[in-house]
Amino acid sequence: MIVLILYIAIFIGAFFAVRFVTSRLINRHDYTSLKTVTFGDESAVMPNRWASFLSVLSIFLLWGAFTNSNWTPIHMPGPFVGDTQFTYVMEAPDGSRDDATVSVRVTPTGEPKSKIETESGDGFAKNDSVSVSAFRSVLILMDKNDEITRKDGGKVVEVNGISISPGDRIEIEDGLVVMTSKGSLNFIPEAGLQMEPVWLPPPESVVDRLGEIWGEGYQNFTLVEHLGWSLLRVVVGFLLGAIIGIPLGYAMGLSNWFRGWFDPIVEFMRPVPPLALIPLVIIWAGIGETGKIILLFLASLWIMTIAARAGVSGVKITKVHAAYSLGASKWQIMRYVIAPNSLPEIFTGARVAMGVCWGTVVAAELVAAEKGAGMMIMVASRFQLTDIVLMGIILIGGIGYAIDILMRKAEDYLVPWKGKG
Amino acid sequence: MSTLLIDDVSMRFELGNGEHVQALQNISLELKTGELMSVLGPSGCGKTTLLNIVAGFMAPTEGKLTLNDVQITGPSAQRGMVFQQGALFDWMDVRENVSFGPKMAGKKPAEYSEKVDHLLDVVGLQDFKKKAIYELSGGMQQRVSLARCLANDPDVILMDEPLGALDALTREKMQSLVLKLWKETGKTIILITHSVEEALLLGERLLVMAPRPGRIHKEYKLPFADLGVDADLREIKKHADFNDTREEILTMIWDMEEEIMGRTDGDSK
Repeated sequence: MIVLILYIAIFIGAFFAVRFVTSRLINRHDYTSLKTVTFGDESAVMPNRWASFLSVLSIFLLWGAFTNSNWTPIHMPGPFVGDTQFTYVMEAPDGSRDDATVSVRVTPTGEPKSKIETESGDGFAKNDSVSVSAFRSVLILMDKNDEITRKDGGKVVEVNGISISPGDRIEIEDGLVVMTSKGSLNFIPEAGLQMEPVWLPPPESVVDRLGEIWGEGYQNFTLVEHLGWSLLRVVVGFLLGAIIGIPLGYAMGLSNWFRGWFDPIVEFMRPVPPLALIPLVIIWAGIGETGKIILLFLASLWIMTIAARAGVSGVKITKVHAAYSLGASKWQIMRYVIAPNSLPEIFTGARVAMGVCWGTVVAAELVAAEKGAGMMIMVASRFQLTDIVLMGIILIGGIGYAIDILMRKAEDYLVPWKGKG
Repeated sequence: MSTLLIDDVSMRFELGNGEHVQALQNISLELKTGELMSVLGPSGCGKTTLLNIVAGFMAPTEGKLTLNDVQITGPSAQRGMVFQQGALFDWMDVRENVSFGPKMAGKKPAEYSEKVDHLLDVVGLQDFKKKAIYELSGGMQQRVSLARCLANDPDVILMDEPLGALDALTREKMQSLVLKLWKETGKTIILITHSVEEALLLGERLLVMAPRPGRIHKEYKLPFADLGVDADLREIKKHADFNDTREEILTMIWDMEEEIMGRTDGDSK
């Protein structure tokens, strides 16, 4: 909740800050500033590069601030670490009371616990000393060393001067004391607003992990091998899908028989998510490479078929007529008119198919694999190695993004007329 | 002497629900080499159907067509067609578009490159030959279409409202260009248009068609196209004969349109 509010605040704050700065730097008072209507004109809405930069930066800063990163200057209040103490009052069955002190040492996560040396004190209730890691709670059996224990009928009636009974929570400095139903005390040190590293490690530990795995590998394979295998599966599966799917789509766009024969199959298979095929593929082909390639082939096949079919059907009849009246034969029309005319659609399909394949390969590796990006994060999550999981997610996202950018560049280069006809 | 002969051609479209449309009924025409005939008529009179039949994109239900005594059975490079727009190949540059016909005929670049360059000169696109189609204005695109058609050296050129999508100024320039190309190449041209003025300016012969069923209503022989080859087209428009004929044809077409409206009203009641 706090994160969401902070994020919205940063969003709005950055907007006004950038607008203030740019309006100071660029003093444009001519009519060009009024020339275009930007609202409602989608083509006039361009991504503001400052906004993109600040967006990434603010996510990084929030991440760092909530995980006590060394890389960010601002930090949220962290968990309490250090020594604290509170007193309790024990009441004996005869009504006499004695107080004692509990000293608590809260150690940072990952460091060994160490108790504070304390005097046992006077009276029948003796002083206690416990140690606990940050973010954890500790059960204090305060009567264990006392002369009158709970078995003898003694019970704790006050903590820091406030009366307490089972189930009550008393806030003390640096934490919370809760009395359990059996009458013992539980101390929960203040957790602050930061995330426990096992939930969300700070950025530097993710980067350290990246360096470590880059150098040493993970689960018998290097990082490059993990990612490379995932990519290789995607490329092979996609190419197979394209090699079968594009001619099939062409045939469906050109022949009634092909269209009639394959329409039910394609229309049925298209809405089936590739992930739903994983169990069947595992039964048929096992968890090895064959199964994964078959899965990715099936994921891309229908997309490429439909794209090629749409590309063929989308050819303007005047273009075909023009080619005929210029003396082209059927094969020449196929080769010089229909095929190039369908390229933009095929590229759109290829972009979608690559994205779907990348998502599917990761999911398939999550289920079962010896190597691959998905396998890496799945195994890491079993050992609660959140930093490896995060690193894997960032790499998977980055590679997916890079694939899309590459496909778009290829599209601009190979079919520059797309959307301009 | 090459002649395009349209002999008693009729075209019926079955609508599937048992009804049919008589798009053309008993059309007979003869075009001699080098004649430029413009075709006018209200929408639905079958102008485009007639042109598609001549091009060979569809076969007539009755009658036959011959070009130089050879029956027309399908599309061929003999009968080049210029479309309104969208018929250029976006994946080729201007020069590749113009070279398309000769290339499909299996000629080597050396055989046609001189001709292609000449045609690009004639239509004024020599400086644009490496441009992509989407970089050109509408008028330039139609120049490419004309050059592409001429590169194939067809016997007959079929123009389906080639200037319909252009603005008035560009249109006037293109009309002069069409006349110039017609005189220079001596091609037989059939030009379909919606503009009475254009039909009068460009048509040596002018065919007015009537709808339902599509038929020839009246034919004119006009002097304006010959005059227009060397003269300013705007001067010709001031001609008294020009204005009289235009008014006559406009009235004719208006009457047809009103008849259609009346008849549709009658049908729906």
